Amino acid sequence: MFRWNPDRVLAVGLRLCAAGAAAIVLLIAAFVVVESWPALRHLGIGRFVTDPSWHPTARAAQGTFDLLPMVWGTLWATAGAVLLATPLGVLSALFVHHYAARLAARVYRRMIELLAGIPSVVYGFWGLVVLVPLIRALYPPGPSLLAGILILTLMILPTIALMADAAIAAVPAAQLRAAAALGLSRGRTVVGVVLPAARSGLLTGVVLGTGRAIGETMAVLMVCGNVVQTPDSLFDPVRTLAANIALEMAYALGDHRSALFVSGLVLLALIAALTAIAAHLRPQAVAHA
Amino acid sequence: MTVAASPCCSAPQAAPVTRPVMEIENLGLAYQGRWAFRDVCLQIPANTVTALIGPSGCGKTSFLSCLNRLSDLIPGCTTEGSVRLHGRDVRDKAVDVVALRRQVGMIFQKPNPFPLSIRRNIELPLLEIGVRRRSEVDAVVERALSEVGLWDEVKDRLHAPAQALSGGQQQRLCIARALTLQPELLLMDEPCSALDPIASSVVEDLIAQLKQRYSVLIVTHNLAQARRISDRCGVFWVRGGTGGLVECGETGCIFECPSDPVTAAYVQGRRG
Amino acid sequence: MPRFDALLVHGAALTVAVLFCWLLGDLAWHGLAHIDWAFLTEPPRDAGRAGGIGPILVSTGLILAVCLAVSVPLGVGAAVFLSEYTSSASAFGRAVEHSLDVLAGIPSIVFGLFGNAFFCIVLGLGFSILSGGLTLACMVLPILIRATEEGLRAVPTDVRHGAAALGLSRTRTLFGLLLPAAAPGLVVGLVLGIGRALAETAALIFTSGDVDRMPESLLDSGRALSLHIFDLSMNISGGNANAYASAVVLVVLLLAINLTASSLADRWLHRRSLVA
Repeated sequence: MFRWNPDRVLAVGLRLCAAGAAAIVLLIAAFVVVESWPALRHLGIGRFVTDPSWHPTARAAQGTFDLLPMVWGTLWATAGAVLLATPLGVLSALFVHHYAARLAARVYRRMIELLAGIPSVVYGFWGLVVLVPLIRALYPPGPSLLAGILILTLMILPTIALMADAAIAAVPAAQLRAAAALGLSRGRTVVGVVLPAARSGLLTGVVLGTGRAIGETMAVLMVCGNVVQTPDSLFDPVRTLAANIALEMAYALGDHRSALFVSGLVLLALIAALTAIAAHLRPQAVAHA
Repeated sequence: MTVAASPCCSAPQAAPVTRPVMEIENLGLAYQGRWAFRDVCLQIPANTVTALIGPSGCGKTSFLSCLNRLSDLIPGCTTEGSVRLHGRDVRDKAVDVVALRRQVGMIFQKPNPFPLSIRRNIELPLLEIGVRRRSEVDAVVERALSEVGLWDEVKDRLHAPAQALSGGQQQRLCIARALTLQPELLLMDEPCSALDPIASSVVEDLIAQLKQRYSVLIVTHNLAQARRISDRCGVFWVRGGTGGLVECGETGCIFECPSDPVTAAYVQGRRG
Repeated sequence: MPRFDALLVHGAALTVAVLFCWLLGDLAWHGLAHIDWAFLTEPPRDAGRAGGIGPILVSTGLILAVCLAVSVPLGVGAAVFLSEYTSSASAFGRAVEHSLDVLAGIPSIVFGLFGNAFFCIVLGLGFSILSGGLTLACMVLPILIRATEEGLRAVPTDVRHGAAALGLSRTRTLFGLLLPAAAPGLVVGLVLGIGRALAETAALIFTSGDVDRMPESLLDSGRALSLHIFDLSMNISGGNANAYASAVVLVVLLLAINLTASSLADRWLHRRSLVA
């Protein structure tokens, strides 16, 4: 029965590739959990939210490990960016499909695609040399939650705009003809027909954008000031979870290093929660569409 | 369901001169437990064109797909009965399907040339049977294309994409491609229904020539076509939700003096 | 509401366009002047304030090469398995698809953590080009697989049935027919993957390290271009001029890559966008 059949070898090889690709996720989860474990055991979950400050040390007993300000920093920056980028992104997509002339639409769409390809470190650099000085002139110190929000907005805007673009393009032409036949104005058509029909795709775009904003490291690291504090105003510097890892990983040892993996775990948990919320929202959106 | 022999052709029904290429007994096929057709018995003699006619949805295409086990590719599909090619049951687990499909060629309703060049379309099956030398490949390509009357039309653009050919040319290319493997039996699933009348008549003529060297089993909706090109003819019909073969015999008999009333109504255009 | 909607939409579009031009214009204005052949080939001097980015381009290229050498065979294999060898009903196929979705959503800094713990420490590769490339390979895998699957899905079922009816072996069908036919998707995936890998910074800080010398082997640490920009702008005072120039080089590379990808996608896959 056992023959050296090339077809069989190929099938086994391909299965191994697929298994290998799937295993990476498990491997990542396993490593983050295993590396977080010493800190979780020495500190318990409680101290990550009750400690008075973030002054980590290699020995858990000597330091303080409060992650909450960074969780807040992450959430505020993300919320601000999503709040700004969603309308801009959706309006951009509407511009392309329902308002712009043919040529303008094509140029604009290409531009959004290019925007999507600019790396985060370049956004961060631009924020650092252009945006931060502007904010400093307005209201010192400059590196701030606001700078982070603005840069993140710019970064997730293409994601949201391109997903919205695909969703709006998928609205059946028959519905648009029906709206036109009823004599609806363009604004009424968009609000009453296009946006409801594209709801599910718009939501997906927002979820993807949110995920990107939560996990973004370099850009916020470069413009947010990285002071560990729960921000009181838009002009306060903040530090996000991702930035925290990037800043301290280089010299962290022992429980400190482990605590940084806990930050990673919290990031993963935030992303997982986001995915779960999105999955919960989705069927409802489909039912309406 | 028994197959009635037409009264006026008792002799030919009994004895195809040589042993049949394929003998099908009690063949049935079900999708997710629902029978598409059942209890089909049919013998396919060598060097003849056998046509299967009948209305849409009575299982003719499914029937063809059992004969080269293309039905294996359809999820949730099960078969019963036996299909013997030269005495060996093709439904046997030990049968090498790949080798089987080289013996039983198939032409589809929609021409399906690969998205490659004309030459490469014919070369690909050759590589599979170990023909690699350029001169040999060239010879086979020319022979196969000449056999279907395509050589003169395409010999200057063998490296052009096959999908740039017209529908009729594509279908003839597909036939040439199947012929390179010298199959015992050629299954054709409505090979002309996607073609215009002129291209269709070219392919019909081709089928008539093919029977000198091959056996052909062709499914068609076109009664006139079945009458023109086939030697023997089988009529499929749906009874009680399941398809089956109601009658089979010499083409002339089926059209002149059918024994089954359903067949009679169908071939005279009163039903179907 | 007379024309209010049009005003709003055009206003938003104008805002985005102005920001885009501002960003690119600023980079070009400050950066282009510094770029010449010497800048592209010379090693950095004075911690990067002077000199060029020669070794950094080499490191970036090597990291990319490692990344692709690992991810392309694995990704194409997995994609072929998912679209040709398993049905969406199979538990294993669904599990793989699902885990790829999760993989695509993991933040890059977490890839950095993982790469540091696994490749650098457990496998003992240290801060090296190899560690960085392998980490990036994990990251671009979902992109490659998705695009290749897309390409394979664009191949009509007719072709598969035709091949089966001709008695082609599965190996021949795959290498002779399906992969050539799916090549557009594959190339688009490759280009997008390169784009993602080139743009990446966070996953590289703790895996490939930031030594800016010319690497001598894959086990040497090597600084990627994106990391160079970060380092110059954040840690080196007076490094902005070269940071600008490096940013222009990186952006030009990425824009070229993305333009290629989207025009290939438009032409071959008739898809509106794969860039998201």
